[in-house]
Amino acid sequence: MIQPTEDGFYGEFGGAFVPEMLHANVEELRNNYKRILDSREFKEELGDLLKNYVGRPTPLYKASNLSAYFGANIYLKREDLNHTGAHKINNALGQILLARMMGKTHIIAETGAGQHGVAAATASALMGMPCKVFMGEIDIERQAPNVARMKMLGSEVIAATSGSKTLKDATNEAIRYWIGHPDTYYLIGSVVGPHPYPDLVARLQAVISKEIEEQLTHEVGVERPDYVVACVGGGSNAAGAFYHFIEDEQVKLVAVEAAGKGVESGESAATYQLGSLGIIHGNQTLVMQTGEGQIIEPYSISAGLDYPGIGPMLAHLLSTGRCEALSATDEEALQAALLLTQQEGIIPALESAHAIAALERLPLKPTDIVVVNLSGRGDKDLATYMKHFDL
Amino acid sequence: MSRITTTFAKQKPLLNIFITAGYPQVNSLPELANQLFTKGIAILEVGMPYSDPLADGPVIQQTSALALKNGITMAQIFDQIKLIRKTEQQAPIFLMGYLNQLLQFGPESFLKACTDAEVDGLIIPDLPYEVYLSSYKPLFERYGMAISFLITPGTSEERIKALDAACNSFLYIVSDNSLTGAGKGQFSHSQLAYFKRINDMNLKNPTMIGFGISSKNMLIEAGKYANGAIIGTAYLESIKREENEAFISELTS
Ligand SMILES: Cc1ncc(COP(=O)(O)O)c(C=O)c1O
Repeated sequence: MIQPTEDGFYGEFGGAFVPEMLHANVEELRNNYKRILDSREFKEELGDLLKNYVGRPTPLYKASNLSAYFGANIYLKREDLNHTGAHKINNALGQILLARMMGKTHIIAETGAGQHGVAAATASALMGMPCKVFMGEIDIERQAPNVARMKMLGSEVIAATSGSKTLKDATNEAIRYWIGHPDTYYLIGSVVGPHPYPDLVARLQAVISKEIEEQLTHEVGVERPDYVVACVGGGSNAAGAFYHFIEDEQVKLVAVEAAGKGVESGESAATYQLGSLGIIHGNQTLVMQTGEGQIIEPYSISAGLDYPGIGPMLAHLLSTGRCEALSATDEEALQAALLLTQQEGIIPALESAHAIAALERLPLKPTDIVVVNLSGRGDKDLATYMKHFDL
Repeated sequence: MSRITTTFAKQKPLLNIFITAGYPQVNSLPELANQLFTKGIAILEVGMPYSDPLADGPVIQQTSALALKNGITMAQIFDQIKLIRKTEQQAPIFLMGYLNQLLQFGPESFLKACTDAEVDGLIIPDLPYEVYLSSYKPLFERYGMAISFLITPGTSEERIKALDAACNSFLYIVSDNSLTGAGKGQFSHSQLAYFKRINDMNLKNPTMIGFGISSKNMLIEAGKYANGAIIGTAYLESIKREENEAFISELTS
């Protein structure tokens, strides 16, 4: 299994670069997360929730029409069918159990597309814990249905009004609130942040690749996929979909970033292609930044991929060549969403549509087994789809 | 004796003023610094504006964003500090900023530029002391650059001792679980108990209390438990109101 060093490094990426105000919190988490995640009590409770509350295992669906279209065997890992509509709930439930077992009673979270916010709000409602979700002002606008869901679930949605008013700034605000309220539990939504969060979230999302492995063996009758494809914002659905395949070099791993209006357009969130080694949100990773280390405001039509960093584990896999980086523009993602909808009757989240869009770039053979992680469903993006497709 | 040692031998309470470089105008720093030194502040802390200042509250976020919009660069900051030093000013100058700024400048180039500008020390909240010891200490020592570490209400006694051992300027006592900001106008009983607890540890480094300090009374109060206080947000707000000269006169009277 891929694991960071004791200090939280994957190669040169990772670590915990937090101000002293957060030291005790991060240390407490670091000292407890493995023990709790490995405990029988935790495993049983999370296992039960994932099965009966979330609806796992999610299907591994052979998309026959899409397969014919791309000339390969395309399987969709249906994370969109999870309760709340995305992979984010796998992590939110795991972390809230961890929080409870650590004696925490108040939850904070950041969100971009609102899927993690909804997942955190859902988990908090279930556990009877108050929850505050920080969300960029722009994202509050473009993901309105998720804002309403969070509120209905009893969470407070706090607008982040600094910087680009998107995911990066929501994360800044969550961290700042945490500094002022060290008794809260910060339920982070992706494989980002200071160690141990990247490892913690990767472990909780690893259920995705574990199921893919079992489903390919038992339902499809193949040993391994040729490709696993996932979109990357912070990288949690990709980390989860790749996790159990990382050691098997025969499985090609493909991470798809959001190119926005084009990688070179100045309005992009393609961190692997545009970033350099830097520090963001408490870890050292690839960051879109100026020569003086000022973080560049990213852009993508997809709120969940609109992030100027990338989780350290992904940065490591990409930099060492274990994983390949592709990107898709806004326009390509929109077209891919339409394609999937009309070929398979599945309306994907805009984030997941980026993964579909990248299929065109792969040198696929008819015998290839390609698993695309369909990280979420498109309900939240309907307003965007209505606008662009004139519906 | 170094400028730092000389300064901390002076009578308490010492006043350290934080100012965001490039605010309110790109070239404001030298003139404001001269005014501050003329009024008798003990230490100047120059904030290097950062796009994502995680430990800072709204005022320093906004002054930083404005300074960046004004076009401030690291080269300008170093040049402006050199101008301040041209006046034979012998008070310590600290730079405060975030680790990514140092990394992108190149740690060695950064420390060399600090030495050339006669900066005395650095405050980098997101540089944990463990990382300082394992990766940066020899470089800091080679360039004679001092470092200050933060202590918060949540820092354990054991860790405070370790921070004290690693520190070679002053320990920055963060007054509360908070970001930088103007605070509540006075210290609570629990804050005073916390300051007393630190003071009673008889640490080897001098201590300065910062975050949320806004008045002469608080400065005097801080001087009972520490060598002095650091005032940032309240000073920046006084600049915005164009009352900074009067504010400093009152603090130093
Ligand atoms: C459906 C969906 N997919 C992907 C992402 C991107 O996050 P990550 O890269 O952590 O999987 C998000 C984030 O909001 C999302 O909602």
